Amino acid sequence: MSCDVAVERRLGDSTIRAAFDFGSGLTALFGPSGAGKTSVLQMVAGLLRPDQGRIAVAGQVLFDCAAAIDLPPERRRAGYVFQDGRLFPHRRVRDNLLYGWQLAAPDQRWMGLDEAVEFLGIGHLLERMPRTLSGGEAQRVAIGRALLSGPKFLLMDEPLASLDAARREDILSVIERVRDELALPILYVSHDRGEVERLAGSVVTLPQPGIDLNSG
Amino acid sequence: MALSAEEWEIIALSLKVAAVAVLATLPVALALATILARAQFPGKVLLDALVHLPLVLPPVVTGWLLLLAFGNNGPAGRWLSDWLGLTFMFRWTGAALAAAVMALPLMVRAMRLSLEAVDPRLEAAARTLGASPVRSFWTITLPLASPGVLAGAVLGFARSIGEFGATITFVSNIPGETRTLPIAIYAALQMPGNEDSVLRLALISVALSLGALILSEVLARRAGGGRGGHVL
Repeated sequence: MSCDVAVERRLGDSTIRAAFDFGSGLTALFGPSGAGKTSVLQMVAGLLRPDQGRIAVAGQVLFDCAAAIDLPPERRRAGYVFQDGRLFPHRRVRDNLLYGWQLAAPDQRWMGLDEAVEFLGIGHLLERMPRTLSGGEAQRVAIGRALLSGPKFLLMDEPLASLDAARREDILSVIERVRDELALPILYVSHDRGEVERLAGSVVTLPQPGIDLNSG
Repeated sequence: MALSAEEWEIIALSLKVAAVAVLATLPVALALATILARAQFPGKVLLDALVHLPLVLPPVVTGWLLLLAFGNNGPAGRWLSDWLGLTFMFRWTGAALAAAVMALPLMVRAMRLSLEAVDPRLEAAARTLGASPVRSFWTITLPLASPGVLAGAVLGFARSIGEFGATITFVSNIPGETRTLPIAIYAALQMPGNEDSVLRLALISVALSLGALILSEVLARRAGGGRGGHVL
């Protein structure tokens, strides 16, 4: 499965440009802070509208400026793992996990709650409220919530950034298992070279925005 | 402090008028608060000002405008009478309408603050998980804002109990129909020898208003997550 991204978006004084493709395995989106890595992820997810460009996943066009195609986020089937977890604070872990699962059509789901819980080792957390979770626990639940929504690809935005060193290792190994055991393209934003070298099969480097060097 | 049958009737009528006013206004206030909290459109400043108008307009003017619009010959009054059989003139429904209009700004304000306090990034997360904007509102935004929405309703209730100027202008002072607490107190004050009754009704007004204000503040604080969400 191949995902093609070519987008351009003006934000403030600078213009973010990115053109690359990614397929199965983990592709790191690497670059200095301010290069617009998160913005590119948001454009792929449908949370930020590109000014120009085209985004297609496995033959399905998610966005095409020229053809006036712009699927809303809920129809893109992107599993988005945010930097800060973004669990819904008023729902128990179980209800957070099932939020996307319940919205997905039955034939789009490829993982059940029990399977996800076992895969991530979060069985003991199901009845807890998100505010009682540690950063690492919350990030596991966030990954589970994204997987359960039946995504065709994963978008991960520095999922280790808000964790201490010990938790980092913990979540790194979870991400490696997601990469190795689930046949899911992953686009992974990071500014940490060590993380990228360890996880990524391929690397897309974003230049400083506004500098017109980037090509596929 | 024994209350006469007439005083009980006044209290019951006031509670009925305020409850109906708040329940009928709730969806309207919620819709306006949502639009003002989340949407960007030309004319937003004007809508904001219109919603807040009853707060600053002389209540007698609001009452007179209601009379023009919802009176038996008013355009809105005639339409509602023809299609829904609703009439307002000299009736408790008119008192409820006046209370609703006067409570609207306070309700919208409290609800808007609590809706704005909900992190839009949580709504974005819901969207990526497959929720439409409407579903994301009902399952994420509204539950998180619900203490503030309730606080707004309680505040609107308190405001409705106290409503005087627009009500007496619009639907006058009819015992059993439009004679609510403040109007009864005003009427009692016009005649000598009613001091005891005035005192009793005034104390009940204070108790109801104070109770509602405290409840509303408690709810608003819960909505603000300890950040102190004042609605006043």
